[in-house]
Amino acid sequence: MGWEMYTNSVLSIRKFGFGFLTSTTWDPFSQVFGALPMIYGTLISSLLSLIIAIPLGLGVAVFLSELAPAWLEKPLSFLTELLAGIPSVIYGLWGIFVLVPWLRDTVEPFLQNKFPNSPFFQGAPYGFGMLAAAIILSIMVLPIISSISRDVLKSVPNSQREAAYALGATKWEVTKIVLSYAKSGLLGAIILGLGRAIGETMAVTMVIGNRPQISASLLDPGYTMASVLANEFTEAASDLYLSSLIELALVLFIITIIINIFARLLVWSTERKWKLSPM
Amino acid sequence: MEVIEKTKTENITKTESMIHQPIKISVQNLSAYFGKSQVLKNISIDIPEKKVLAIIGPSGCGKSTFLRSINRMHEVARGTITGKIIFDGEDVMKVDPVYLRRKIGMVFQKPNPFPTMSVFNNVVAGLKLNGFRNRKALKEIVEKTLKQAALWDEVKDMLNKSGANLSGGQQQRLCIARTIAINPEVILMDEPASALDPISTAKIEELIFELKKDYTIIIVTHNMQQAARVSDYTAFFYMGELIEFSDTKKMFTAPVKKQTEDYITGRFG
Repeated sequence: MGWEMYTNSVLSIRKFGFGFLTSTTWDPFSQVFGALPMIYGTLISSLLSLIIAIPLGLGVAVFLSELAPAWLEKPLSFLTELLAGIPSVIYGLWGIFVLVPWLRDTVEPFLQNKFPNSPFFQGAPYGFGMLAAAIILSIMVLPIISSISRDVLKSVPNSQREAAYALGATKWEVTKIVLSYAKSGLLGAIILGLGRAIGETMAVTMVIGNRPQISASLLDPGYTMASVLANEFTEAASDLYLSSLIELALVLFIITIIINIFARLLVWSTERKWKLSPM
Repeated sequence: MEVIEKTKTENITKTESMIHQPIKISVQNLSAYFGKSQVLKNISIDIPEKKVLAIIGPSGCGKSTFLRSINRMHEVARGTITGKIIFDGEDVMKVDPVYLRRKIGMVFQKPNPFPTMSVFNNVVAGLKLNGFRNRKALKEIVEKTLKQAALWDEVKDMLNKSGANLSGGQQQRLCIARTIAINPEVILMDEPASALDPISTAKIEELIFELKKDYTIIIVTHNMQQAARVSDYTAFFYMGELIEFSDTKKMFTAPVKKQTEDYITGRFG
């Protein structure tokens, strides 16, 4: 698959070389293509969404596996898993009709009033933009992180909890010990969430604003690699345009592979530190 | 004369040799339930200080539940109890369980060290929960408790390795060290040697013998010889009831009840 993408993008690789990754201009009209704004948009929107989703997702997982009484746990788990099954275009529509107006009329003006000098909240509050994309993504990533984390926490042997309780641990301290036991699994859950956030196309395309620019402000529109591909693939009129889009796909592909390898290493190294003896 | 006979058979909270012993824990009319099923029926027993009490009986007779009620670990498994357990003059149900469990430690059937922590941190895990952070004092405690648990010589060069790297027997002694590091007054042991080989078992038994100088120990065991070897008193449970409670020697040489005799001679259970 990688080779296929490479052969199809040779034209743009020859023309722009390494500059494809560092140039900030994406102008189909004058046939100049640089991917940096999209790489930036993809990474930043994904990271922001994780910053929102990790504490929430782990919180939900801890609540479901450690604190919730049995009668509450089943329906709540079901609900979170249901969230994971909603098609992304539905999230996108919800974003356009609910989230974006709310951000535009309430949240963004509020942020601008509160932090008038912060570089993160400059520019006109359109609603559409990086913030909207990050929030939508975090909602989509949340059920993945929480449902996998819950399974991971549930698989922690009860003897660990008992050991902690018997030492006079409070419920919170027991939870900390359970979390540390489940570290590598939780990391895996987060990485899966990240994978989903990076590859997510439709919902992000619908709310991010789709403008290839790099701006520190979360209120400004941005663009992600997946969104460009979805938006422009059908209108790529010239060979160079098409070739550039395919190179963009190649870059996305490589980034996800790098992240996955990195994640594997991370999980592997935490696991190796305390290999359980075959007791 | 008749009256004395009657109290002897119906109310066996004390044995004859216990009359001058200080009582550490007094269990009064304890019944325990999981949901609607009753697993302990009206148990009364006085547990003397700095002695070893062995609890024997066939599987499912409520031994473990009895043990867990004492430090309120039955609550973790969502059990409920009625009756009273008096520990040092206080009703355990009125004491904060966190505080109670620091006074009444517990060792489980399967060794359960914390695999994410080093040997060192496993020993001091309970102390750290108490907010104890002085590194130098912790070092001394680790050495002292590991020596007490007869583990120091085997692990002194691997204190920073994970607790999961030890053998099963070592892990169990590590768990005992972890329990005594917080300086409890009572140690509950739930079949502490049943997952171990004979040599590790012998080590644990020696350890119990040493520990009873400082601690009150209640041990649940399936192994009759073990009960005979390590304990001062023995209680025989059957179907959630306390059948017989007496000095270990008397229990194993001249049991009063037919059921006890049948069990210890291996005729059932």
